[in-house]
Amino acid sequence: MAKEITLITENFLVSHMRGWLGVSLRFARERPLGAAGAVIILVMIAAALLADVITPHDPLETDYAAMLQGPSSGHWFGTDSFGRDVLSRIIYGSRTALWVGFSSSLLGATVGAVIGLVSAYFGGRTDLIVQRFMDLLLSFPLIVLALVVVAVLGIGTSNVILAITIPMIPRCALVVRSSALSLRQAPFVDAARALGFSHRRIIFRHMLPNVMAPYLIMLTAFLGQAILLEASLSFLGLGVTEPTAAWGLMLRGAAVEFAERAPWMAIFPGIAISLSVFAFNLLGDSLRDALDPKLRVS
Amino acid sequence: MRQYILKRLLLMIPTLLGVAVLVFVALRVAPGDVVELKYAGTGTYAPKEALDRERAQLGLDKPLWHQFISWMWGIVRFDFGTSMWTGRPVVHEIAIRLELSLQLALMATIVAILLSIPLGTLAALKQDTWVDYSVRVFSIAGLAMPSFWLGILIILGFLIIFQWLPPLTFTSFWVDPKANLAQLTWPALAVGYRYSAVATRMTRSAVLEVLREDYIRTARAKGLWEKVVLVRHALKNAMLPVITVIGLEFAFLVGGLVVTEQVFNLNGIGKLFVESIAQRDYIMVQTLVLLISFVFIFVNFTVDLFNAWLDPRIRYQ
Repeated sequence: MAKEITLITENFLVSHMRGWLGVSLRFARERPLGAAGAVIILVMIAAALLADVITPHDPLETDYAAMLQGPSSGHWFGTDSFGRDVLSRIIYGSRTALWVGFSSSLLGATVGAVIGLVSAYFGGRTDLIVQRFMDLLLSFPLIVLALVVVAVLGIGTSNVILAITIPMIPRCALVVRSSALSLRQAPFVDAARALGFSHRRIIFRHMLPNVMAPYLIMLTAFLGQAILLEASLSFLGLGVTEPTAAWGLMLRGAAVEFAERAPWMAIFPGIAISLSVFAFNLLGDSLRDALDPKLRVS
Repeated sequence: MRQYILKRLLLMIPTLLGVAVLVFVALRVAPGDVVELKYAGTGTYAPKEALDRERAQLGLDKPLWHQFISWMWGIVRFDFGTSMWTGRPVVHEIAIRLELSLQLALMATIVAILLSIPLGTLAALKQDTWVDYSVRVFSIAGLAMPSFWLGILIILGFLIIFQWLPPLTFTSFWVDPKANLAQLTWPALAVGYRYSAVATRMTRSAVLEVLREDYIRTARAKGLWEKVVLVRHALKNAMLPVITVIGLEFAFLVGGLVVTEQVFNLNGIGKLFVESIAQRDYIMVQTLVLLISFVFIFVNFTVDLFNAWLDPRIRYQ
C-alpha cells in the first residue's frame, strides 16, 4: 500500500518535471551509478575545455633540472623523465582521449547504423553481401583489425581515430540491422513506400528515428572501448605520437623503465584511463537499462 | 545435424578466403616494404639494383595476383612459406610462440571462470543489496582498467614489496612447471580479471532470469534444499549464455593479447604480430591473421555445437 502511494506521488512529480532538467533528475534518482558516471564525464569534459586555464604547467615544457621528481606542492603528480608536469599532461591528455573517443565512436556507430539500416531496408542480395562483408570484419579481434588499419595508414591522431572506427562499424551494423528488420514490415514504412517517397527519405526520416535506442546504446558502449583502445595503441607506440599528451603514451617506455624510482609516472595516467572508461561504462549500462526495457532484468 | 556441421565447416572457407584477400591487399597498400626496412636498419647506402635483386628473391617483383595465387597454392599444400624477415619457415616461428599464447589464454580463461561464476551467482542471489552493488562495481572496474596498466602495477608491486621480478625467459610447462607458472600466473591474473567482467554480468543476469522460472518454484515447493535448487536446477540452466561468452573470450585471447605480452615481455603471438607488422613481413602477418581469424571462427562454431549438445531445445538447420 505504502509502495503504491509513493509510486503515485512519483508519477505525479514526473509529470510536472518536464524538460531536460526533469529527465536528468529522474535518471539520477533512479540510476545513481549512471549518474555518478555522468558526473565524472562532465568533470572530464570541463577539464578538457578549461585545460589552458587550470593546468599549473605547460604540458610540453621540459625541465631537465626537475626530472623524475615525486609529487610535491609544485608538481602534484610529480614529473616525468623529461621533467614535464604529470598532472598537466593528464589534464591535456583528457582532450586527446575525449576527442579520439567521441569522434571514433560517433563515426563508427553512425556509419554502422546507416549500413545496418540500408542492409535491412533493401534486404535480399544487398543484405546478403553486406552481411558477409560485416562477418568478415567481425572475424578478427578488435585490436588485431585496428593494428592492420594502423599498418596501412600509419600512426598519428587522425589515423588512430580511423583505426578505432573501422572495427566498430560492423558491431553497430549488426545490432541496428536486427532491430531494423522488424521495421521493414511496419505499416508506416509501407505507407511511406506507397506514397512514393525515395529510399533515402524512408531510411533517414522514417526508419532512423526508430533505431535510436540501439544506436545510443552502441554509441555509449563504444565510448569507453574507444578510449581504452586508443590508450592501448598509444601504449604500443602505434597510436598518438609524442609530444602530444595522451594517457596511453604516458605509460609507455620511461614509465615502465623507471617504475620503481618514479611510480607516479605509471600510476596516475592509469587511474585517469580507468576512471574515464569506468564512468562511460557506468553511464552506458544505465542508459541501456533505461532505454531498452527488453534488456532489463526484472 | 551432421549436414549442419559440414555446411558450417564449408562456410568457413569463403570467410577465410575473404580474410586472406583483405589482409593481402591491406599490406600491399601500406607504405614501405620489408627490403627497404631491412636496409634502413643497417644504415648503409644500398644501390637500387641490390634492393630490386632482394625483392626478386622474395618474389615481390611479381604481379600482385601472381603473389596471391602462389601464396594460396602454398596454403592448400600446407606450405605456409618462409618469413621475409628471418628467412625461417613461418610455421616454425609461430609454433615456438603458440605454446605460450595458448597456455596464457587457457590460464586467463580459468581465472575468469573462477571469478565470474561464483561472483555472478552471488550478485544474483543478493540482488539489489550492497553485495550485488560491490560485485557490479568490481566487474565494471575490471572492464575499465587496461590490462597493461594492471600488469605494470603487478610488476611494480613485486619490485617494491618483494624486490622480485617475474622471470623474463619463457620456460615450457613440460620442462619446469614451477618456473613456468611463476612467469605466467601474473599475466593470467591481469588478463583473467579483465575478462571475468563480462562473464560475471552474464552469470548474474542468467541466474536472475532462471530463478524466476516455474521449475524453480516447483523445486522449492516440493521442499528441496536451497543448495540443490541452486546448483542442480538454477546454475545448470543458467550456464548456457555464460559458456558462450567464455568461449568467445577464449577465442579473443589467443590473438588479442598484444598489449599484455608487451608489458610482461612475453614472446607470444601478439608480440610477433606487432613486430611483423612493423617489419612489413607480409607472409608472416598474412599467416598470423589467417590463424587468428581461423581460431576465432572455429571457436564460435564449437560454442554453437556445444550449446546444441547441452540444450536439446536448440536445433540447427
